[in-house]
Parts: sequence; structure tokens; C-alpha cells
Amino acid sequence: MTVTPMNAHDQIAAGRRAANAGERWTARVLIALALVSTAFLIAAPLVYIFWRAFAAGIGGYWAAITTPDTLHAIWLTVIVTVIVVPVNVAFGIAVAWAIARFRFPGRGLLMTIVEIPFSISPIIAGICYLLLYGRQGFLGPFLREHDITVLFALPGIVLVTLFVTAPFVAREVLPLMLAKGSEQEEAAVTLGAKGWQVFRYVTLPGIRWALLYGAVLCAARAVGEFGGVSVVSGRVAGQTNTLPLQIELLYNEMNTSVAAFAAASTLTMIAIIALIAKTFLASHNRRD
Amino acid sequence: MAIEIAQLRKSFGRNEVLKGIDIAVEDKELIALLGPSGSGKTTLLRIIAGLDWPDSGRLEVDGADWLSIAARDRRIGFVFQHYALFPHMSVRDNIAFGMTVRPRAERPGKAVIARKVTELLQFLQIPHLADRLPGQLSGGQRQRVALGRALAIDPRVLLLDEPFGALDAAVRRDLRSWLRSVHDASETTTIFVTHDQDEAFELADRVVIMGEGRIEQIGTADQIHDHPASPFVARFMGATIELPVRIAAGRATAPGIDTARIERRALPDGAATLFVRPADLTPVPDPAGLWRVKQVTSTGALLRPVLTGPEGQDIAVEILRRAAPNLSAGQSVTLRVETGTIFTETPPGQRGQAGQPSEINAIPLKEKQK
Repeated sequence: MTVTPMNAHDQIAAGRRAANAGERWTARVLIALALVSTAFLIAAPLVYIFWRAFAAGIGGYWAAITTPDTLHAIWLTVIVTVIVVPVNVAFGIAVAWAIARFRFPGRGLLMTIVEIPFSISPIIAGICYLLLYGRQGFLGPFLREHDITVLFALPGIVLVTLFVTAPFVAREVLPLMLAKGSEQEEAAVTLGAKGWQVFRYVTLPGIRWALLYGAVLCAARAVGEFGGVSVVSGRVAGQTNTLPLQIELLYNEMNTSVAAFAAASTLTMIAIIALIAKTFLASHNRRD
Repeated sequence: MAIEIAQLRKSFGRNEVLKGIDIAVEDKELIALLGPSGSGKTTLLRIIAGLDWPDSGRLEVDGADWLSIAARDRRIGFVFQHYALFPHMSVRDNIAFGMTVRPRAERPGKAVIARKVTELLQFLQIPHLADRLPGQLSGGQRQRVALGRALAIDPRVLLLDEPFGALDAAVRRDLRSWLRSVHDASETTTIFVTHDQDEAFELADRVVIMGEGRIEQIGTADQIHDHPASPFVARFMGATIELPVRIAAGRATAPGIDTARIERRALPDGAATLFVRPADLTPVPDPAGLWRVKQVTSTGALLRPVLTGPEGQDIAVEILRRAAPNLSAGQSVTLRVETGTIFTETPPGQRGQAGQPSEINAIPLKEKQK
């Protein structure tokens, strides 16, 4: 048997070829798996929604989403979102600021509590509010006495949505503030800036992209929130039904009607817009 | 502005970082706070700036009690170690910041601010960088902008935390002499923190050496180099060789060591320690010598013999190769001490009480008689 001596260079090249061939196959299989699962699990349902929504043509679609109940549901969802997002932005900044810049008893606890809405099912949040503000609830008598309606009305929907979306802004802003440290703010103070000037001219510009990013996540979640809201809204079409609730109602009533899919398609479009905004902001956020 | 600091103490939790600091800084002086990390020098600087508050003590500037004044009202120029420039503002806006945030009544007009910024940019030799963002600048340029931003408020006192710590050696040297000229031109009382001896001694009028929350010594480069006030300072200044000696009638002796060149000192008889720099010990060939040459290495300019003493201890010394005697391994030598500092043993804890090293140990007799 003759052994042709291979020089070191050839050996390395051969080894690399063999390794590359193996790697190439692994890569192909993984890519195929990812594509197939994305197509079936995510893309197909979305495409199907639009396909069904436009099954009766654009006219049918338009008629479906301009029924008074659906329009009202869209309107209600917009109002809830417009209230929830600014409140959560303010809340998020306050929490992040407190945790990042101060040492106080309960700081660790606060950090954990802020995350709670993420680990609790929204239905449970809804039920908690029911127990707290309901007729038989803890605050029920007080609210009735003062003629305040919380449940089965806008305040209840807003409160539950606030609960569910509370962590989004704080979660984005806090790590950034911790990473940036407080030197810039201290520099501003030594230069004579007052508290609000430090915030306005130094802190805020530093966290603006994270803030917007958190706000978009918060808005997307507020628009799509179903579980918690379904418990406290009372689900009256044309009165307390938000868009997700209205979609379910339409689907249950008329099963596979254009109306349900048309309403669903509007929600999907909001989600896609949020996704695009999110991607755009994420790239800015990373640069900061 | 003259700064007077007295009995300043500060603890973080159970960790006492300043254990009673006393310094008097004169008007227009340039002072370096020198010490290893953890010596409390940055904390002291931050207290002067109003970014930290002491637990007790006094801080007065031109007679005014600064501990009752908030940081933003002290008009301090503080330069941070990592510059802390505002990344979203141009160089021009960074420098103008301190003027633009003033209350409307005290704020100079836009044109005045612009002129002042332009002047500062000229003064700092960076007019071409006016419209850049901090992210587009090198470390040395950022340092200049940070100093410009601090000077723009006409600070009463200028404080710099490790101003050259994050720069490479060549830029450091440049900026060092530049900072000196900036100080001389602006005549602002300046304190800077550093752990670099060369930097401290080259730049400062007086150097304050800090160790573990205490001031070990205050003085000029020569004073501290020749007469370290404590074993800590001696070690810090490079006297890393410690030889046990006995004092008798003010003279230090030790077997195998020639101490004739050390001045007599007003020291009590008994055991003491001689602190010497490696370059201040000369091995002299002597057949009766008690030290042995273990090995000799050369860096070209310097010889580094390692010597073994009568008790088996190894020390490494440095001598100029040109002036060196012929040394080879195994040879017997006597150690001649060119200069050194003697400290008597002090029971642990005793020295710390007043925060002041016991002076009698350190000052040569000659000096004491003056």
C-alpha cells in the first residue's frame, strides 16, 4: 500500500472541505425547518385572514368593518390605547429612574413587582379587578356610594390594560439607564442644571429610543389585549367591546363570516405597523 | 479660591473611606490627590463637588460653608474620568450647556454665549471640532471638550477625576503640559485625582498622598521623594526594599550593610526598618561581605543583581551598568546604602489615631534643627 504523503496545507484544506460539507448540510436542514415552521405557524394564518376578509371583495370588506358595532370597537380600542400608552410611559420612566438612580429599601422588591404582569395570565388580572371593584368587591360599596362606575365601562378596561402593559416601558428604559450610569447627569448638575433641566436635556435624549420602543410594544399589547379586558368589559357590542372582543363576538355569531375576518385584518394591520415601527426603533436603540 | 477641609469623614455602609481629612488648598494652587485605588481620593473630590456628602467635617471655600450649598450652586468645574460629555449634543452645545441652563435673568444672550464658546474652542486648540458630536472625537479631544465645558461656567474651583486615565501614553504627556498651561492662564484653583506619580509630581504645585482614607503626606515632589512621612509613602514612592536595622545613638546598623552614608537621626534606640529604593543600594565586592550575589541580569543600561542576605532573604537592586563593579554569581558583597528612610516599629493602630504619621520618625536630625 502506498501512502501519498500529504503536505500540511493539503491536509488542512481537506479537513476544511469535510467540515464544510457537514456544516452545510446541518445549515440547510435548520434553514428548511425554520422556513417551513414559519410558513405554517405564522405566515399562513395571517395570509388566510386577509384572504377571507377580502372574500367578498373590497366592497364587502368595507361594509364589514364599517358596521356601527365594529367601528365603535375600533374607536374604543383607540381611546384605551391613547390613554394607556402615555400613562405607562410616565410610569415606566418614574420606575426606571427610581431604581437606576437611587438606593432605597424595597428597591429589589419594586424591580420584581414591575415584572409581575408578565408572569400573571391577564384573565387573573381581570378577575382581581372584578373582585376589587365589583358590586360585591372590596371597593364596591364605596364606588356605588359615590356613583363611580369602574367595571363594565371604560375605566375598568383602561385599568386592566394598564396592568397588563405596565412593565413594557420600564423594562426597556431601566437596563439602559443602569448601563449609562449617572455621570452625564452629575455633569449637568455641576454645570448648574436644575432637576427638570437634567431630565429634559440629558436623561431624556439618552433614553428616547428605548422609550419609543417600549411605547410601541405597550401600544401593540394594549390594542390586542383580550383576556383581562374580556372579564371586566361586560362585552356589550357597540358599548364595551374592544376590537379583539368584537372579533370574537363576530366569529362566534356568524362563524366564518367576512365580518370577523375583516375586523381581524384591521387588528393584524395595526400589529404589522407596530412591528415595522419596532424594528426601526430597535436599530436606533442599539446604536444609542 | 482657597479651600479649607477639616476632619472630613465619610462611610459607605460599614466601609469608612475617608477617616478624617484635613487639607488647606491655597488660591490658584494646582493640587494633585495621589494614591492607590481605594484610598478615597475620588470620594474626596466628589464631596468637594457636592456629588457626595460627608458624614462629618467641614468644607469651606473662601470662608463660605460649602456643605450647605447644593452642587449646582457651587459653580464647580468637574471633569469626569470618562468625560461624561452629552452624546447627542455637538461640541459647541456641550461647552455652552452650563450657560444655557442658567435662569433667564442671569443667562447671557445667545451671541455672548456663542462668542464665549468660540473663545474657549480657540483657547483649547479645538476650533475645528465645534460641530462634531462627542462620538466622533478621539479620547484626547473629548478630554479637551470636557475641560472646555467645565471652564465655560467660570468655575470657582476646577476638579478633575483621573483626567488622563483613559488616554494612551503619548497623548497623556501632551495633555499634561497643556493642562498646566490652561491652569496658569485661567488661574483657577485646581485639584486633580491621579494614581500616576509622574503625572502628580510633574503637574502639581503640591501633592497630597492618600492611603486608605487618610492623608499620608502633603508636599512638593522633592519633599515627598526625599523625606517620606510614613512607611506607606516610602513604599508608594518606590522604596520597596525593607531592611531590618538597629538604632544606637541615632545611627542605624545592620550586619553586612554599610550605612555610613545615612545621616544620623533623632530616633530612639532599638529595632527599626530601613526603606530603600532598589537604585539606592550598591553591592560592593568584599571578601568578608555577608551578602552573596545570586544572579545578575542586564537591561543594557541597568544591571539587576539579585542578592541573598545572611538570613537567606533575596532582594533585587538596580545599578547603572556603566558604573557597576564586576559582579558574578556566588561573589561576596557588602551592601552600601546611598540613601534611605528609617521608621521605627509602631504598634498597629497607634499611628492611625490622629490620621497623621508621627513626624519624629521621618525627619532627619539636620532638618529638625533648622
